Amino acid sequence: MSEQIHIKPYLRLSGLEPLVVRPETNFVNIGERTNVTGSKKFARLIREGSYEQALSVARQQVESGAQIIDINMDDALLEGVSAMTTFLNLVQAEPDIARIPIMIDSSKFEIIEAGLKCVQGKCIVNSISMKEGEAKFIDQAFICKSYGASVIVMAFDEAGQADTKQRKIEICHRAYKILTEQVGYDPQDIIFDPNIFAIATGIEEHSNYAVDFIEATKEIKRLMPLTKVSGGVSNVSFSFRGNDHVREAIHSVFLYYAIKAGMDMGIVNAGQLVVYDEIEPTLRELCEDVILNRNNDNNEATEKLILHAEKVKAKGKVEIKDEKWRNEPVEKRLSHSLVNGITDYIDADTEEARLKYPKPLDVIEGPLMDGMNIVGDLFGAGKMFLPQVVKSARVMKKAVAVLTPFIEQEKEDRKQAHLAAGTINEESAGAAKILLATVKGDVHDIGKNIVGVVLGCNGYDIIDLGVMVATDKILDAAVKNNVDIIGLSGLITPSLDEMVHVAHEMKRRGMTQPLLIGGATTSRMHTAVKIAQQYDNGVIHVLDASRSVTVAGSLLSKDQKPEFLTGIKKEYDKLKEDFANKKTIKNYLAFEEAQKNIAPIAWENFTPVVPSFTGTKIFNHFDLAEIAAYIDWQPFFIAWEMHGRFPQILSDEIIGAAATHLYGDAQKLLQQIIDEKWLTARGAIGFWQASKTAPDTVTVLTENGNIRLEFLRQQIKKTAGQPNLSLADFIKKEEGAYDYIGAFAVTIEGIEPYIKQFEKNLDDYNKIILQALADRLAEAFAELLHKKTRLEYWGYATDEHLTNDQLIKEEYLGIRPAPGYPACPDHTEKYKLFDLLGGEEATGISLTESLAMYPASSVSGWYFAHPESKYFGVGKINEDQLKDYADRKGMSLAEARRWLSPILE
Amino acid sequence: MKKTIQESIKERILIIDGAMGTMIQRHKLEEADYRGERFKNWHTDVKGNNDLLSITRPDIIIGIHKQYLEAGADIIETNTFSSTVIAQADYDMQSLAYELNVASARCARIAADEYTAKDPSKPRYVAGAIGPLNKTLSLSPDVNNPGYRAVSFDDVAAAYTEQIRGLVDGGVDVLLIETIFDTLNAKAAIYAIQNYFRKNPLPDSSDKSYRGHSLLGGRGALPIMISGTITDASGRTLSGQTLEAFYVSVMHANPLSVGLNCALGAAEMRPHIEELAQLCNCYTSAYPNAGLPNAFGEYDEQPHETAHIIEEWAANGWLNIVGGCCGTTPDHIKHIADEVAKFQPRVLPVLEEAL
Repeated sequence: MSEQIHIKPYLRLSGLEPLVVRPETNFVNIGERTNVTGSKKFARLIREGSYEQALSVARQQVESGAQIIDINMDDALLEGVSAMTTFLNLVQAEPDIARIPIMIDSSKFEIIEAGLKCVQGKCIVNSISMKEGEAKFIDQAFICKSYGASVIVMAFDEAGQADTKQRKIEICHRAYKILTEQVGYDPQDIIFDPNIFAIATGIEEHSNYAVDFIEATKEIKRLMPLTKVSGGVSNVSFSFRGNDHVREAIHSVFLYYAIKAGMDMGIVNAGQLVVYDEIEPTLRELCEDVILNRNNDNNEATEKLILHAEKVKAKGKVEIKDEKWRNEPVEKRLSHSLVNGITDYIDADTEEARLKYPKPLDVIEGPLMDGMNIVGDLFGAGKMFLPQVVKSARVMKKAVAVLTPFIEQEKEDRKQAHLAAGTINEESAGAAKILLATVKGDVHDIGKNIVGVVLGCNGYDIIDLGVMVATDKILDAAVKNNVDIIGLSGLITPSLDEMVHVAHEMKRRGMTQPLLIGGATTSRMHTAVKIAQQYDNGVIHVLDASRSVTVAGSLLSKDQKPEFLTGIKKEYDKLKEDFANKKTIKNYLAFEEAQKNIAPIAWENFTPVVPSFTGTKIFNHFDLAEIAAYIDWQPFFIAWEMHGRFPQILSDEIIGAAATHLYGDAQKLLQQIIDEKWLTARGAIGFWQASKTAPDTVTVLTENGNIRLEFLRQQIKKTAGQPNLSLADFIKKEEGAYDYIGAFAVTIEGIEPYIKQFEKNLDDYNKIILQALADRLAEAFAELLHKKTRLEYWGYATDEHLTNDQLIKEEYLGIRPAPGYPACPDHTEKYKLFDLLGGEEATGISLTESLAMYPASSVSGWYFAHPESKYFGVGKINEDQLKDYADRKGMSLAEARRWLSPILE
Repeated sequence: MKKTIQESIKERILIIDGAMGTMIQRHKLEEADYRGERFKNWHTDVKGNNDLLSITRPDIIIGIHKQYLEAGADIIETNTFSSTVIAQADYDMQSLAYELNVASARCARIAADEYTAKDPSKPRYVAGAIGPLNKTLSLSPDVNNPGYRAVSFDDVAAAYTEQIRGLVDGGVDVLLIETIFDTLNAKAAIYAIQNYFRKNPLPDSSDKSYRGHSLLGGRGALPIMISGTITDASGRTLSGQTLEAFYVSVMHANPLSVGLNCALGAAEMRPHIEELAQLCNCYTSAYPNAGLPNAFGEYDEQPHETAHIIEEWAANGWLNIVGGCCGTTPDHIKHIADEVAKFQPRVLPVLEEAL
């Protein structure tokens, strides 16, 4: 059990919750509005003693994405120590603010120390410096350390504030040596502020200030890689005060370059940063000139940078329907609404039925259940399909919502009557409860939502814990709610391990509920071999939502359950046995041998095509309409459990009508998404020089140094003449001209408010369509960018003319395999991919601890251009390769084993 | 010379003692026992001031320590949970704070040294217990005035400084900041310890083997143990921090160990100990209550039950120091010690040097 744990030297801070600054964190936003020197409003509130309102300024910062808040009370009219103390004490009483770490900001050390005395979390002190000499600096550093704070060191010494690159570097390095050698600071707790000064002031000497900062940052990070660099960003645009439009553009362009150089955090107005790529090109160009001090002889660039403005837009539309059925009796109308999934009249019809029947519960058990039974029968007979059932469920939920308050009222009345009469009240046990959750580290939930809806339609009480749910939370909730069945879902491979853990814990806790396993990467085989062995009271893999109904039914029937579980157990034991037997038959090459049997590519005939640029290119707000043209609809229907080719599925004899209907609804929603700009498509692509530097290693050259990508190689013994492939084989060795590799990441943002809205309206149907469409758009965007890459950005296939169908069939040259998928099954290479692309800031994608991408509708991968590169699966590997791979990655064997467990023989 | 605690902790899972209060209750002491000769005319009631017994009934306190040592405890805690000017104000005994600490440290020292002498291969250690205080720095006692604080950081640090001085003068081996439900109180204790040893470095320190750069480069200070309290199922401290946030907030103490005690029984504490074992770069400690209190406020989890839960933790390699808190007895400690003896202690994580 006890594996050697490795701990990285990350900067760790805390409020009520921890903030760990990892390399992939990329850029930490520090909220600046709670600063009396920077915000007139905040200064006024504090001076007036309106601390309540001042707190709301802090809260608003947190809500708009600040990860740390900077608090400054340096005002001549304020008693700084007491203002800092009062405000921080109040902040501690607000969990939604105190959640994040605090930066205590003052030029007076007594105010800093007063602040440190109020905060339980690990703070940052902003700032200390050597301006009054080393002795005082050391003294203050010791004090900060005894409160456990990280420190910002300003590049300031006895001679003054550092303005040139050289002075900035020298002062920071000197401070570093003192702090680490004399005070005992850990390097990761030191943050430098190499001074951001105003540029474009008209004074010649100021023109290079931004360049000095950026270059100094680069050197500081090279010399002292564990330290962090921060700065007050708004200073840089000080000469444009009053013109926020230009200031925001300057900030964004400045950050774009500073972050690239290694800046880790900055004091910014978190709500007001424009996206680099969103700045109109002329303005951006001018900002770049000023920041990078280009084309700036005689302040020429500065002069050019002046005024700009904005624009707006709007839209709308209507529709008509057939209304004959409205004249039928209320029971018929309810059933019609249920079967056809119509919500328009359900509230009024339900209310009418409630008044007609003696008790509200009678409406549910009478007409509504009758209607749902028809739905169930039609579904069972294959005459209705999942999308329609989900729509029916939406109607049912709405009807029940109308009745619930009355049912509750009745219960309460009964209880009161019982209490008055002195008798005990026992509510009946109610429907069987099924708990569903997507496991820790995984964000995908379309499938789980569908299962929830379908089971809900069948009369089960569903408790859906959502996504990224830790084992303890799942099991505690199961116990608390006394559920009858637990269902787990997951889409990415690390979720498989998490499910094994859940099963293990269920056994340890002595639980008795059966466990259902579902989701795209799960399989009957994995469930049988790995999960079922952990838990004795029933583990069942459920292929899809419709299957879940029969499985739940069997498990909840006292008569059927024992026989059903015995049957499953027999089946799984057999699978396990087969698996064990099969294992011995497979033949593997020694890894060294496999490494010799590489893809036979005639490199001498190959001239690498030089991409149109190297480095990255960011796309924000990419036109959704353009993306939509690239949608592959087949997986959309598969998500709805409708299998078949597209577009033939629309005219299929059996499911054609339902498919057409779903397609129509999806198209409608898609159009609305595009017209009303519900979603934002963001993407990043990049190309770099690269060469194969070891049998399974590709070294990528970037301006920030080399990055080694590690690949895995097929190890199974092939028939003669067949290579043991590794993606590394598709990159040229370092001889003559450099080869290139590319990477991409795309995401579809902004789905949450609409999902919430649909949930609020009890509209699972549109919720699931929306989720499925977002996934499709992400895939389509990846396809589109790949095409543009082939034709234009990299341009290695400029004469390609393929239809969308041919694209879907992957008839193009070159490939775009994703880390975590068969050709490169190690998810952890995603860290490098995202680093190369500029991290979360650039891509809009964050990685969970299991390396799932969030937002869930995201796609990433490598680009390989060689015409002979092709998709393949690595398959299973042996211990020798695992060990070699762990060595190459600098990972412990245990960790490598954990990540690669799905492919280990 | 006997092995230091830093040496022993590498070799085996160390056992820390169980509840002091539970054992004192067994003696059914009355006001007169607490007062003794010296305080027979004291102007307030002092019954319940358990720390005072180290002065008035040292025989009882030493006796309890010996029972725990007999049960197998490697570390015993001084009877100083409330020996600060702030907590002693309840009995108007602020002026006795220093003396209480010295007296309690001596009681524990006498008992520990006797057992070390009996079996030098199992050296026993005295941990100077630094309790949480009855006033907190992060929370307002007045719901209508959330910015109000009943005590200041400087008051708390001063109170702890006096306690530390007493414990050091009384001869403890290690300082244990425990039952932390407000991390800021603990930070004041850490602050007090660091400043105390900066001004009063120990003449000789044998802790060169202790990893990490300790206070003043590892010289002249006693090692620190830190033990927080997760108060309920929310998984947070009373002052609202998650376990990891708590850990990050006290890391700068460069402690020998970080762990959890009190409020929860072993069963409830388990997921937190599992998490702690993953994230903690120093040694871990755990001393849960004997289950959750029953309707009468009594703890009735039996020794073998507690020990059974803890055995699994040890088997999983999560533990370096383990024992009991409220409701646990020498019998609990014996069962725990027997169960964990067969397992290796948790291996310290590898601290990587590059990102």
